[in-house]
Amino acid sequence: MPNSETMAGTSAAHSEAMIGLYDVHKSFGPLEVLKGISFEVPRGGVVALIGPSGSGKSTILRCVNLLETPNAGTIKVGAQTLAFSKRHRLPGDRRLADFRARTGMVFQSFNLFPHKSVIENVMAGPLIVKRMARDEARAIAERLLARVGLAEKAEAAPARLSGGQRQRVAIARAMAMEPDVMLFDEPTSALDPELVAEVLAVIRGLADDNMTMLLATHEMAFARDVADRVVFMRDGVVVEDGPARQVIETPQHPATQAFLAHFHRR
Amino acid sequence: MSGVSYHWDFSFLWGYRTVLLTGLAYTMAYTVGTILLGLVIGLVAGLMRMSRNPFIRGPAFAYIEIFRCTPLLVQIVWFYYAFPILIGIEMSATTAAVLVLSLYTGSFYAEIFRGGILSLELGQWDAARAVGMRQGQLMRHIILPQAVRRMMPPFINQSVIQLKNTSLVSTIAVTDLLYQGMLITAATYRPLEVYTLIAAIYFVVLFPLTALGQYVENRLRYAE
Ligand SMILES: Nc1ncnc2c1ncn2[C@@H]1O[C@H](COP(=O)(O)OP(=O)(O)OP(=O)(O)O)[C@@H](O)[C@H]1O
Ligand SMILES: [Mg+2]
Repeated sequence: MPNSETMAGTSAAHSEAMIGLYDVHKSFGPLEVLKGISFEVPRGGVVALIGPSGSGKSTILRCVNLLETPNAGTIKVGAQTLAFSKRHRLPGDRRLADFRARTGMVFQSFNLFPHKSVIENVMAGPLIVKRMARDEARAIAERLLARVGLAEKAEAAPARLSGGQRQRVAIARAMAMEPDVMLFDEPTSALDPELVAEVLAVIRGLADDNMTMLLATHEMAFARDVADRVVFMRDGVVVEDGPARQVIETPQHPATQAFLAHFHRR
Repeated sequence: MSGVSYHWDFSFLWGYRTVLLTGLAYTMAYTVGTILLGLVIGLVAGLMRMSRNPFIRGPAFAYIEIFRCTPLLVQIVWFYYAFPILIGIEMSATTAAVLVLSLYTGSFYAEIFRGGILSLELGQWDAARAVGMRQGQLMRHIILPQAVRRMMPPFINQSVIQLKNTSLVSTIAVTDLLYQGMLITAATYRPLEVYTLIAAIYFVVLFPLTALGQYVENRLRYAE
């Protein structure tokens, strides 16, 4: 990986970013969901994506690890950059898999593998993708489960866990690949209110360890406290992008103000 | 009991026990053999039918629907009589029987595989891809192990039907259980006893299988 921190500069930040989206467009059939999205997340940075339902937050995250293929634009994660347009051929299965192996992703609905135990879920990436030896993979998984506070649940079936526990396993599973960046798609939206804090605490811990993160969330207080920057989007465009505290507390754009007013009332 | 005064007598069948056992052995061999072949065909055809490439999907679709939507008896006769004329390859009754039975049940297995796979949440694909699995790894380690569990009840069901379907190969002189029964009938003129016994043998073999299917289904329901 090139050492990007030595490259100073503002407009040349293209290579400094750990995550970069450059004029990304995405349509589903006739519906254009992303209409030219550009922003970056620097190494160790935490960016929160906020916006109303249907604004394209999930689609952005899925484009960053290529679960969705952008129609146009450039996606950068770590040292890997892929450009998309009608002229480019879509990346092959192997290229996609390699790209995704370096981007961890946590889903709103956990998506644990129900036929595998908790620790096997965490070991799946290292074993299957990295073809690591079992002992080594197990050691990594045990360390990560301890870190998310679930060491004693290693042999449990995912179905036996609470939502908050499942999401912490999902975080450990993504971290087991030692990704360059972590993507979170509303990781606490499917949780009962009393289980939200334990998951946010784990994410906060990753931020403290300087993990580069892009996080779609409706937890405004969390976004304000943990994110460096907040990106507000609506209808497939970035409306406002600025320091977290400023965007959440003194939004500039009327659309951001209207959206946040809805939260502050609660 | 009624006006019908048929005098049942099963005792003569004892003398035909080896003939019947041979027939049963053929029936079992055809069933097991064509189920195994059909599973391979079904897995390949089922996966092909889910391909995004129309040149892969199209042939699989055609194969599955042609075999599902024509009677097995017609297929057997067609492969045995018409196929050699069209292609110029003579086919033994055994070859024709194995081929048709495998292709026929394979078309149903294909749909069972496809149904089992499609019943999984899309999040399973997302999660497997997100950790960096390639298509083959994802299928082998994440999708198929889960799909196979859900497939067990329809699979057992289809296999029960398959065992009964093998009786149709008697029409092209494959010496299965029914064919042996026809031979014994021709020699003894006692169709009632012969076919009653044949039916009883099928029942004794199949009833435990359907019971197993029920058991598996209940267990899976409990597990989810
Ligand atoms: N696979 C798809 N096929 C068609 N339309 C889609 C697909 N995925 C998303 N969309 C549409 O794209 C738009 C943006 O969806 P997206 O899920 O990115 O929004 P979101 O900001 O994550 O919303 P939410 O807060 O509800 O999660 C929506 O109108 C949605 O219906
Ligand atoms: Mg979403």
